[in-house]
Amino acid sequence: MKNWMKSGAPWIWLNGGAVALCIVMVVGLLGLIAIRGFGHFWPADIVQTTIINKAGQEKAILGERVRSEVIPAAVARDGGYEVASDVELITRFLIKEGNRDVSPRDFNWYLETGMGELNYPENAVSIERREWGNFYGFPQALTENGKVIATIDDENFWQELSQRVERSVDLHSDINHIEKVDIGRINHKLERMRLDKRRLELQNADSATMAEAEAEFSAQRAELDAQYLEVKAERDALYKLLERDSLLATIASGKETSIALQNIVRVTRPNAMGVFGKMGQYVERFWEFLTDEPREANTEGGIFPAIFGTVTMVMVMSIIVTPFGVLAAIYLREYAKQGPILRLIRISVYNLAGVPSIVYGVFGLGFFVYFLGGSLDELFYPESLPAPTFGTPGLFWASLTLALLTLPVVIVSTEEGLSRIPTTIRQGSLALGATKAETLWKVVVPLATPAMMTGLILAIARAAGEVAPLMLVGVVKLAPSLPIDGNYPYLHLDQKIMHLGFHIYDVGFQSPNVEAARPLVYATALTLVLLIIVLNLTAIRIRNSLREKYRSASD
Amino acid sequence: MSETSPAVNGTESLMPSASERARLRNVRRLKDSISKWGITTAGLAVVGALGLIFFYLFSEVFPLMKDADVNVIESYPVSQVSSADNRHMVLERYEQIGASLTSAGSVEFFAADQGKTMSRTQLPLPAGAKVTSVGTSTPNERLAAYGLSSGEMLVTRIDYSLSYPNDQRKITPEVVFPLGEAPIALDPQGQSLRAVAVQATGRGHVLAGITADNRIQLGVYTSRTNMITGKVSTSGKVYTLPRLPDGAQAQIIQVDKTARHLLVADDSAQVHLFSVEKPAVATLTGSVATERGQITAMEFLVGTGSVVIGTEEGSVSQWLLVRNPNNIYHLLPTRDFDSLPGAITTIAPEYTRRGFLVGDSEGYLGIYHGTAARTLLVEQVADAPIEQLAISPINGKMLILDQAGLVQVTELWNEHPEISFSSLWQKVWYEGRSEPEYVWQASSGGDEFEPKMSLVPLSIGTLKAALFAMLFAIPLGIMGALYTAYFMTPKMRGLVKPTIEIMEALPTVILGFLAGLWLAPFLENHLPAVFSVLILMPLMMVMVGYGWSHLPQSIRHRVSDGWEAAILIVPILLTGWFCVAISPHIEVWFFDGSMRQWFTNNGINYDQRNALVVGIAMGFAVIPTIFSIAEDAVFNVPRHLTQGSLALGATRWQTVIGVVLPTASPGIFSAVMMGFGRAVGETMIVLMATGNSPVVNFNIFEGMRTLSANVAVELPETAVDSTHFRVLFLASLVLLALTFVVNTCAEIIRQRLRKRYSNL
Repeated sequence: MKNWMKSGAPWIWLNGGAVALCIVMVVGLLGLIAIRGFGHFWPADIVQTTIINKAGQEKAILGERVRSEVIPAAVARDGGYEVASDVELITRFLIKEGNRDVSPRDFNWYLETGMGELNYPENAVSIERREWGNFYGFPQALTENGKVIATIDDENFWQELSQRVERSVDLHSDINHIEKVDIGRINHKLERMRLDKRRLELQNADSATMAEAEAEFSAQRAELDAQYLEVKAERDALYKLLERDSLLATIASGKETSIALQNIVRVTRPNAMGVFGKMGQYVERFWEFLTDEPREANTEGGIFPAIFGTVTMVMVMSIIVTPFGVLAAIYLREYAKQGPILRLIRISVYNLAGVPSIVYGVFGLGFFVYFLGGSLDELFYPESLPAPTFGTPGLFWASLTLALLTLPVVIVSTEEGLSRIPTTIRQGSLALGATKAETLWKVVVPLATPAMMTGLILAIARAAGEVAPLMLVGVVKLAPSLPIDGNYPYLHLDQKIMHLGFHIYDVGFQSPNVEAARPLVYATALTLVLLIIVLNLTAIRIRNSLREKYRSASD
Repeated sequence: MSETSPAVNGTESLMPSASERARLRNVRRLKDSISKWGITTAGLAVVGALGLIFFYLFSEVFPLMKDADVNVIESYPVSQVSSADNRHMVLERYEQIGASLTSAGSVEFFAADQGKTMSRTQLPLPAGAKVTSVGTSTPNERLAAYGLSSGEMLVTRIDYSLSYPNDQRKITPEVVFPLGEAPIALDPQGQSLRAVAVQATGRGHVLAGITADNRIQLGVYTSRTNMITGKVSTSGKVYTLPRLPDGAQAQIIQVDKTARHLLVADDSAQVHLFSVEKPAVATLTGSVATERGQITAMEFLVGTGSVVIGTEEGSVSQWLLVRNPNNIYHLLPTRDFDSLPGAITTIAPEYTRRGFLVGDSEGYLGIYHGTAARTLLVEQVADAPIEQLAISPINGKMLILDQAGLVQVTELWNEHPEISFSSLWQKVWYEGRSEPEYVWQASSGGDEFEPKMSLVPLSIGTLKAALFAMLFAIPLGIMGALYTAYFMTPKMRGLVKPTIEIMEALPTVILGFLAGLWLAPFLENHLPAVFSVLILMPLMMVMVGYGWSHLPQSIRHRVSDGWEAAILIVPILLTGWFCVAISPHIEVWFFDGSMRQWFTNNGINYDQRNALVVGIAMGFAVIPTIFSIAEDAVFNVPRHLTQGSLALGATRWQTVIGVVLPTASPGIFSAVMMGFGRAVGETMIVLMATGNSPVVNFNIFEGMRTLSANVAVELPETAVDSTHFRVLFLASLVLLALTFVVNTCAEIIRQRLRKRYSNL
């Protein structure tokens, strides 16, 4: 033992343990996110049981079991529960009971002691609603305009229900389309007209032009108003149709409630589903999560606008950062006079990669948004002042700030690529009579493209995960519309966007019902992690293959 | 020149003609230089843009350090705007209309820039009474009290109403009488009032006066306006306060806004504080000597938590009303400002800030700020003694009246008086506090709020977060790097390095969210597990190692050296599981069921989102930084050194300690610095994993507020170019400079190390 200690072997084991611990932590963390994130979409069984509440009464409960934990009995006693004195530890379950419209709390902890038998009734449904969150209960009858048309005992009840839900969901999406696209387009045109008019006023146009323009505007406005009335009538008709059906159902306590079908997104009977049925549900929910818009203050529904916003922002950023990063790297490596000053500049540029991202955000807000944006507004958009166009945080400033933030990453990576190109290749080109520019653009840069790609991918990965600066320069919790749409100029650089990372922060920490939002945050986090891991692995692979390539080229 | 090159062997040469060649050469040369200049421009532009960050941040911060600036734009004789002796002057918030309160009992409004009288309101003085004194409330209340020779007092307020005829702003001033037009008899004996004071308080209007025979009178009056007739009915009572001790003559009187304190300055350089909370039994709670000479001016600052006293020696000092543990208030000299050469003649407090202007008998003007203990300007602005100073509510313009009867209209630049080195980095005695403190509380609802902008709590929070993160990250990162670089088999290394790189790329928002929503509640419920893991984990590693060395050779030889880490993974998982599983039992056995409760009972604050959580989450973010740089340094230690050591009979660990570590130590040090740099600037993790309360301690179970999180939270909500805005820029600049210096040092050390390796 003493000799073993003396040899230093324990230290080796300790060091090995440190690595193992790191690996365990990384894998554990990714696993945690993956399990919680993927688990979110699996239709959980609905459990029915009874509990004894603090007052000693028995109460029926119905809902999904979220998780359980073991707590010391003392904690439960402090909480006001009666626990036998010889018990040290007890298990408690978190049950999602939903029905926020009926009871104020939709998530409740219940102790294992006093809990009745767990049943999984076949007819129990979980209903996703547009408001008030999930509903758990037993459907009783379907009504059309107040008349019962099918009851639970009927053979075709479930089929009828799913058909009618499908109908109302379709109607709903039609209405949504009208409101978003058609009415949105009309509003957009009206707004542009107002701005055109205001611009003429600001340019001090003479009265003849003004009158002419005025006439044109009022003609256009009349036309738009007519269009609006038409669209509105169409929408109102759809709304009427929507109101037709509703579902009568009882909740755990036996109380009957009525749910309008227009409020329902999906009805599922998880207890009656087989594994394959659940898998179908799973895929459907997952797809909906990726492609739908958020509901209920972002705590339900999908994250499509956040994905779209992130991707748009990253793309605009790439367009800005690539040319500048590459050119700067070429300058530093090929054209600048090598010497102590350049070394200093290089170290400074490299170090900017380590500067806290929030500093870039502060710079972006002060310089880009307030200074540049404010000046742009005065020069080019005086008609919409005092409402700012570019003088407020938005997509373009967010992209520009991130471009600045990721510039060092691209420069470092490109420079590394340039330095790896063997001088023999360069000299060969020069010896054949090529100019420096020709050598550069036709020989060196093409060879260094993979390095630039690596840099760009790393930059994208970093930008996609960055949140702190974006909170200052253009990301909001709920953007009214996507930054790209069918209205001129199609890409709205001045618009505020949603972002995956900010979505996580906002939903996880600013939402009123954290417990309800939690699964969604995990799912969002999973999406973001997957995106970034894929990007990074790609970068790592490109880099490795690049190294191999030049190892053989220089041999 | 010929059109085509001569044919050779009957086939036409592909070589272009000479002129064509010359043209091509020119094109190529042009392209070459375009490329050169283009790239140089772009390169320099990028470098410049990055440099711009420094300059821009600095340019935003710079105005904080600028002193005040006064610029006379107009001057005219006071007789032009005031028909009688001026006793008090005010300037409204659009800086257009001045008002002169005269000894003849009139209020005269004039265009401030031109010096032209606009309108004149004569106060309804009783027959035969003359104005003997004028006193004012804190300026934001706009109250003025006229003490009369009949012992009566008239209270007025100037209201400004705005209207926009023809899209032009029109300001209409009006004199209103909040206590009615009839004067209030403050002295039942009818002696004339030598000095008066007024204040609007929660208990009504408090009036105070000094009579000709040196009695101190106090009145508390409320008024009610009849909704139908519009008639003002006033009710209230007058009290006589105890006389000053030793027959001192009262000179100046002031009342505070809580209607609790009354201050009287006497002719023997003393200030007397009366407690008038219950006016019927008002008592003298204390008298303090100024020790700075005879008091010639005394004014409350906005909020009336402190008073500024000027003396005949020209000294200017701020005194705080401080409460002692027995709930008794006393006056405490808190700050002395740069003196003026002459005797202080007038003090004009600002409307919304703790700043004030002082004039003296030599014509000097002083501009000061209380909280920041800052003297912003001392300058001679007049040849005669200054009589009156009137500053506008937005601090952009000022009227100066001197004894020679000259009114000077001046522009004033005094945007950021609240900031000084002491207000940012030293303990400051704020109003209403019992001792000097470090506080960050930059904004609040009220107008009379005193902003507390000490960067110390934020800096301490930053260091605290970084410290705990480093405590977690340094051992794991460096030990892991040593093992990976020196002991691990290449095969496993090929797996470990990308994993760590993935770890580095994880967005911090995800770490922060997990820390806040998963880790924090988890740790709270499994606190004993934290401590048992700390003890059991290393113990288990050593024990597994010992056990391994005693396994039969046949088993041991199946796994070669360098796979220790892989062997340990399962024991680590088991230990972790064991610690968590046993945690509730430990709580029951040793901590009465809840360790958290036990901490609270023993006087240790426990927040759910605390430094421990931040330490672990941010440590997680920092480990890869430390790991990859340290691993690089260790891996690149020349092989011949280690092989030499091994050949001389040292064990592998002895080689590490004796050869590898000393050689690679600069690299490891720079790794730690890089990690520190990252921890200091990290925003999202701290934002999400702590309560963000700016506490000044290093308790691991309490949260903190860091510079970066503070910027992220507050910057979107501040007014552009306000002091708060610029202070947040200063915080960013501090962060930028700090991380930049740390990273540069680390980078230079690394480069040196690389050079050294190549020489070895």
